[in-house]
Amino acid sequence: MRYSAFSIFLNGLKGNRNWGAAWREPQPKLHYDVVIVGGGGHGLATAYYLAREFGITNVAVLEKNYIGSGNVGRNTTIIRSNYLLEGNNPFYEFSMKLWEGLEQDFNFNAMVSQRGVLNLYHSDAQRDAYTRRGNAMRLHGVDAELLDRAAVKTMLPFLDFDNARFPIQGGLLQRRGGTVRHDGVAWGYARGADGRGVDIIQNCEVTGIRRENGRVTGVETTKGFIGCGKLGLAAAGNSSQVAEMAGMKLPLESHVLQAFVSEGLKPFIDGVVTFGAGHFYVSQSDKGGLVFGGDIDGYNSYAQRGNLATVEHVAEAGKAMIPALSRIRVLRAWGGVMDMSMDGSPIIDRTPLDNLYLNAGWCYGGFKATPASGFCFAHLLAKDAPHPTARQMRLDRFERGYLIDEKGQGAQPNLH
Amino acid sequence: MASLLPCPHCGPRPREEFTVKGAAQARPAPDASPDVWFDYVYLRDNPRGAYAEYWHHTSGCRRWLIVTRDTATHDVFDSRDAAEGREVRA
Repeated sequence: MRYSAFSIFLNGLKGNRNWGAAWREPQPKLHYDVVIVGGGGHGLATAYYLAREFGITNVAVLEKNYIGSGNVGRNTTIIRSNYLLEGNNPFYEFSMKLWEGLEQDFNFNAMVSQRGVLNLYHSDAQRDAYTRRGNAMRLHGVDAELLDRAAVKTMLPFLDFDNARFPIQGGLLQRRGGTVRHDGVAWGYARGADGRGVDIIQNCEVTGIRRENGRVTGVETTKGFIGCGKLGLAAAGNSSQVAEMAGMKLPLESHVLQAFVSEGLKPFIDGVVTFGAGHFYVSQSDKGGLVFGGDIDGYNSYAQRGNLATVEHVAEAGKAMIPALSRIRVLRAWGGVMDMSMDGSPIIDRTPLDNLYLNAGWCYGGFKATPASGFCFAHLLAKDAPHPTARQMRLDRFERGYLIDEKGQGAQPNLH
Repeated sequence: MASLLPCPHCGPRPREEFTVKGAAQARPAPDASPDVWFDYVYLRDNPRGAYAEYWHHTSGCRRWLIVTRDTATHDVFDSRDAAEGREVRA
């Protein structure tokens, strides 16, 4: 059924007892044209755009847990397209444009809220770097404004402007950035894909990839063998594990990133603010809780939980930016497993195996990329050619020396 | 991860004293082929399970260590001075 104000009204009159399930729970068929491993945001978006844009509907999405149980339900919900490099910026702006029309497109309230993303700067050098980034964004047609100290003070008077070590001099603002309800994204894409004939198979873990003559013929799963014409991997933090089943070694390390939410507070922070001197970002959810996070813990991990040292570090950075945070209480903390790539940028590409395709390396920036990642991966799966905005996100760029390294850190995944 | 890491010189110390570098791999010979160097610089086994990493005891004895941990359970199996040297899995 189509969701609308009228359907809410009508179902309300009947005591909300007649809402149907948003997607089916099908048994896997013996064969699909395309099988996607990973029922997270990217896998579900890929299935949705395969069906909607490219007319390929004989598709299965295999998820080892329930959909939305991984990083799409674990991030801090921020969307933005404030990237510097040619290989990244048009892609993330494409994603931002898809976010802007997403709810109408898939008929689901994902609470897309363009409340602005502000990156603070604390030194002349950092201001120059942000000026350069802002100019690069504007040259690509993306909105960017460089704010001075007075302008930031008007927006967020409670920041610690005169911090002895990291005084705030201003910020780079992208007004079109903001937040989205993250699990709503998974549900919206799942419902949209399911309605177009895609089978979403939950609690179905891939245990092997069957190959013959350099081609994939299907996957072994906990629900039996499933044959496929093409196989797409969108397994995020577990990409290396799945790729190993196909004999591939990837330029990835899996790291844990923590996120936190505070008790509910009255309206306090309008948009998203990031601390430029440490790594700290915060926004306030519609329920009133502050949603915040910092850096990855720094060591390889497949555990969806982090270390107290990082909790302390995040709290210190937060308090250095907003002294009032010292009085809030944290309700929950959790962790997600990130597929950190060797240059901090993602991979959407073919692989040495003919009909095996890879979508990985999202580091801790995968959520904002969800729509474009799905669209571009679907484009690659359907047409065997990269989408124009994702053409630099190649698997062989490391070997060829064409890295997309926003931070200039080199092959050190825990620094990206 | 555990809040304490064992240092072979200082005993169990808080994790905050250490800095992690990453995969403890054997460095190829300078004249090794580009394929071998590419593998060393960019590719990782990224195992779920035992994994050897370089850690620096930055706020302690300042020695480089090779710590072997489980990446799923975070158990620490072994910690030794990197100067002891050995072949390890990437």
